[in-house]
Amino acid sequence: MKSRFTDKIFVFLCLFAVLVVIAMLAAVLGNITYHGWDRLSWEFISASPTHGMTEGGIFPAIYGTVLLVLLMAIFVVPLGVCVAIYFSEYADRSSRLYRWTRAAVDNLAGVPSIVFGLFGLGFFVQFVGGGVDQVFFGGNLTFRQPAILWASLTMAVLTLPVVIISVEETLRAVPQSFRDASYALGATKSQTIFRVVLPNAMSGVLTGGILAVSRGAGEVAPILFVGAAYFLPHLPTKLNDQFMQLGYHVFVLSTQSPDVEATKPLLYSTVFVLLALTFLLNLVAVAIRARLRVTAGSGR
Amino acid sequence: MTVPGPRNDFQLLKTQVRTATDAAHGSADLSKRMETQQVNIYYGKRHAVQDVSIPFYKNLITAIIGPSGCGKSTLLRAMNRMNDAIPGYRIEGQVLLDGQEIHTPGTDVITLRRRVGMVFQQPNPFPKSIYDNVAFGLRVNGLVKSRAELDGRVEKALRGAALWDEVKDRLNRNALQLSGGEQQRVCIARALAVQPELLLMDEPASALDPVSTAKIEELMFELKKDYTIVIVTHNMQQAARVSDFTAFLLSGQLIEFNPTPQLFTRPADPRTEAYITGRFG
Repeated sequence: MKSRFTDKIFVFLCLFAVLVVIAMLAAVLGNITYHGWDRLSWEFISASPTHGMTEGGIFPAIYGTVLLVLLMAIFVVPLGVCVAIYFSEYADRSSRLYRWTRAAVDNLAGVPSIVFGLFGLGFFVQFVGGGVDQVFFGGNLTFRQPAILWASLTMAVLTLPVVIISVEETLRAVPQSFRDASYALGATKSQTIFRVVLPNAMSGVLTGGILAVSRGAGEVAPILFVGAAYFLPHLPTKLNDQFMQLGYHVFVLSTQSPDVEATKPLLYSTVFVLLALTFLLNLVAVAIRARLRVTAGSGR
Repeated sequence: MTVPGPRNDFQLLKTQVRTATDAAHGSADLSKRMETQQVNIYYGKRHAVQDVSIPFYKNLITAIIGPSGCGKSTLLRAMNRMNDAIPGYRIEGQVLLDGQEIHTPGTDVITLRRRVGMVFQQPNPFPKSIYDNVAFGLRVNGLVKSRAELDGRVEKALRGAALWDEVKDRLNRNALQLSGGEQQRVCIARALAVQPELLLMDEPASALDPVSTAKIEELMFELKKDYTIVIVTHNMQQAARVSDFTAFLLSGQLIEFNPTPQLFTRPADPRTEAYITGRFG
């Protein structure tokens, strides 16, 4: 009965591993909720930081985060959808172009996020921003500086693979029979894609968008150099304004504050809000996907 | 293989063709709507269809039967060029629609597919409303100018598919909520809406229950007043019930093409006899 004994040990080890994971998550969430709950209030969410960040709220950081990811989504979703359509519908899988672009997307997903930050600084801020200033503003410093536009573009590059992979997967899952039916009725390829294939892949487009947003909301490294600000007295109103952001605000509170002990309660509450925001976004993604699955049906 | 002289087949045909057609009434003229001449189809190295010549007569139903993998669906799909996108696909010989070769470089595939409609094995309505399904072909081809005209064409197509009375009160319901048989008739209506000349049916009833199958077959009798129908089926009873002519394919070769009653009662080739009596297939 030796095999039965090893079997039991194995099951026990697996269960133990699962428990470890759950315990770690519970510890993180519990700790943050325990320490952060007291300071949470409407004022905390709706007010600006005061007294050198030891008092007040985090509204500018929430606002900046939301604005950043919205702008990012506007850039990344259409671009990602187009790439996914090319991969799934047009690309000849044996062609060199396909293999290279495919490898590029896969590798993009593996690049450390700080590298995107440096890339954003070098390419968007210096090169593109500098070029815009030369051409449109007579060399006056306007766009060649960290700004929410460059931050959202940098973040869009970072999250591009997420969108591409999610959309491509759902495009490929659209049954061939739908395409056949469309072609047999005299539809062209682009009509088939835009009227049949893409509408049936909307769940993937939305999920990809929201996954990108939730990823973007949590990243700090890419925006360190390209637009995130330590503290701003005003909310960003123009594309070339800087902004505050939740993740960066956590970094600032924990390391850059003049009085680290005094900011600790605020820090916990800020982390709590950041976590709640990303969880909420993920929940919305799951809900949309489930809903679309019901209305679209399986096609069989 | 026996290609019938029309004159000899007329008597047989008359017993079979229930709906009076001009062709059957007129002297012995069966006019060809479509035709394959020495068609060879290859998938890479595989020779899927070999030297097949079949006429498809106007306002009649031609059945293509044969065991799985005999090339019958491939041949059918060649008739509206649905195979074109398959890698390694190559076709030789002629496929004529009203005497015109459909593989010339100048052929507009879009127009061809509008003239030669297709119904598939699995009911494959789009996950849209019944109305939008039927209107799809009219919309993508820009065939209607007004909403009223579109409404009319949708109704006409649904009537043609004997579905109007069942669904007229729920045109905005998702077509996927219908039964399998109703879904298949939505697909037929969708194909009819663009007013094709030919209707290719690839085992249209194989996924359906007997009652729905009977309805589809009944519908085919109605449809042949206005359309030329080609049906691929592995169900020999179905071929015997609905078709006027039958072609028997085996391993990519045309073994026999004859009026249906003749093929099923006095097959000219021993292999046909072996197949229809169930000795293989």
